[in-house]
Amino acid sequence: MKRIVAFVLVVLVGFGIMGVFTPGLLNETKLGLDLKGGVEILYEAHPIAEGGTVTKEALKQTALSLEKRANKNGVAEPEVTTEGSNRIRLKIAVSTGSTDQERDAAIEKIRDLMKRPAELQFRSAEGCADGEYCTVELYGSDFKEGAAKVELGDLNQYMVRIEVKEKQKLTDVSTRLLQKNLAIFLDDELQSAPVVQQPLPDGTAVITGQNSREEAQQLADIINLGALPLKLTEKYTQSVGATLGQKSLEDTLFAGILASVLILVFMLALYRLPGFVASICLIVFVWVLLGIFYLMGATLTLPGIAAFVLGIGIAVDSNIITAERIMDELRSGKTIASSLRAGAKNSFRAIIDAHITTLIAGGVLFFMGHGIVKSFAVVLMWSIVVNIATNVFLPRFLLNLLVKSGKFNKPSYYSVKESEISAL
Amino acid sequence: MRSKRSFHFVKSSRKFLIASALITFLGIIAVSVFGLNYGIDFSSGTSVDITTTKPVEEEKLKVFLDEQELGEYILTSSENRDTIRFKAALNDQQEREFKAAFASTFDSNASFEINIVDPDIAREQQTSALIGMAVACLGIVVYVSIRFEWRFAISAVVSLIYSAFFVITVFSIFRLEVNLPFILAVLTIIGYAINDTVIIFDRIRENMRFAKLKTHADLDELVNKSIWQTLARSINTVITVLIASVCLFIFGSESIKLFSLAMIVGLICGAYSSIFIASQFWLYLRKKQPLKKVAVKPQSNTP
Repeated sequence: MKRIVAFVLVVLVGFGIMGVFTPGLLNETKLGLDLKGGVEILYEAHPIAEGGTVTKEALKQTALSLEKRANKNGVAEPEVTTEGSNRIRLKIAVSTGSTDQERDAAIEKIRDLMKRPAELQFRSAEGCADGEYCTVELYGSDFKEGAAKVELGDLNQYMVRIEVKEKQKLTDVSTRLLQKNLAIFLDDELQSAPVVQQPLPDGTAVITGQNSREEAQQLADIINLGALPLKLTEKYTQSVGATLGQKSLEDTLFAGILASVLILVFMLALYRLPGFVASICLIVFVWVLLGIFYLMGATLTLPGIAAFVLGIGIAVDSNIITAERIMDELRSGKTIASSLRAGAKNSFRAIIDAHITTLIAGGVLFFMGHGIVKSFAVVLMWSIVVNIATNVFLPRFLLNLLVKSGKFNKPSYYSVKESEISAL
Repeated sequence: MRSKRSFHFVKSSRKFLIASALITFLGIIAVSVFGLNYGIDFSSGTSVDITTTKPVEEEKLKVFLDEQELGEYILTSSENRDTIRFKAALNDQQEREFKAAFASTFDSNASFEINIVDPDIAREQQTSALIGMAVACLGIVVYVSIRFEWRFAISAVVSLIYSAFFVITVFSIFRLEVNLPFILAVLTIIGYAINDTVIIFDRIRENMRFAKLKTHADLDELVNKSIWQTLARSINTVITVLIASVCLFIFGSESIKLFSLAMIVGLICGAYSSIFIASQFWLYLRKKQPLKKVAVKPQSNTP
């Protein structure tokens, strides 16, 4: 009796904890852009100046400023990652706007912004038509990253100090353009056109003529942050409208819940007591897996849900293998308690071998795949790990409690007919 | 299952092996003649899925698409949902104009899902998918060789390649679109097929421990017995995963429909091949060695 009480307590407390945290868990689980709308873009980076190379540092810098720009525009959690030697993957999920149209529009706007990486150029009017600056003298990549800052001059005027990588370049340009304009362009837009006052031999220059501190700071920011050293082209794009994403989520959730219910009924009908315990463990499994996603801050996407459902399949399999094994042992004439022990022990080896082989496949996908393949692999691998805890050890523990209580001694509780049992 | 042990898997294996070989042969012909219907993930291009709030007439849509002059396209139209595949990878300007034009012509509340894949990426995804599969197979072989023996590993891989190839054949014959999710499905199938195979092999290994094998017939009996002992599990597991896949196929969202279909085909095939190919192939390899010389690795003492 004590053990039954223990069983009921464990189950009740377990479900109680799950019940309390589930609403929060469901609300907090981050959904991927395929489930709520958004856009994912894979960019390939090219050096702006001819003959340049894409360095790891430059790529990181670019990714960082993309993220900053997205953040400035009020996007919740833009995901920017570098991939390989010259790629950047950007994910933006819908976040602002009250109607689906507004959300879609917001996404479009940001995408536009990202598409045009700020390209910083210092131009002169050498050999150009009147009033135009067409000769590029210096590129954003010629400047030291993050070196532009605002200074206060002798006459209390604001100015921006910039620093170049190669002193000689600046010396040449400034000597050649003495008393002429050196215009600063960002994305082909004229920002300011200071006049070169003197040759600049030490690699730094001061841009004066800023009216306010804000104005000066803005220019410094443009040179620092906006000066994306690389040009980006879209290589792969996935954009999902908000309405469509929502529908995908509803459809897939419905399918998932229906499948889960059917599987539970199937297990219960087929395996009785072990089936009942399996059902409890399956629910725990799903919950723990969701909890892990929440703790990892992972995003749930369609391939993730697909892997999730497959994880349930694997979890059920572990239970079936154990239950079948227990049935076998019972039929061979063993007592319920020793059948349970032998069944759990004998099935363990098979389950572990099967799990590890699947884990190997999942690991390969994780390390070699990108995008959806990767998110599928993450879920698959976690579901295998969680499965070992919740569907190998937990059912064993729960069944033990029930069996040792002595209340469940009839073979029929385990789907075994008396007639099938062979005498020892 | 126990009561009617009339069907002898090993004795009838020849028929099934011949049938499987025939299917594989036809598959090779089908794939080499028809090829695969690559989706944009592997062939580059643009796929546009549009969900509308009111029905759009297919004829009008065709006229509209021709007017847009975005190159070759394939249109699949169903009620309130249209799928268009452009051969070209649209740039974002074209994409935006297309969306705007569609919204103003047909339905301002239309919701779009647009995927654009550049040729470079398509090529790269294709090779990385193939390499991924090869590496996964290799990893499985190594693990099974360590845990069991090399004969099991070879047989397991033969059976899982059969399952994977069967699904590829089905997709080739029915002209179903092969995209990244399809690769996921094939990989999951490989995972399940290996699962099934490992369970049976584990039983064979266990039965070998106590068996006194004198003739090849004894070995046949042993394999047959092992298959029967694990049959209930094999069938029940396939049923549960089938429940999940069928639910996803019928009710799930469009983008994972083909994934689920590949799973359904692959699951059944995986269970089949673990019984009729993997076990029989192992038996064939095993019989090539004198019975006494080959010792099956002793089992490790797992709890």
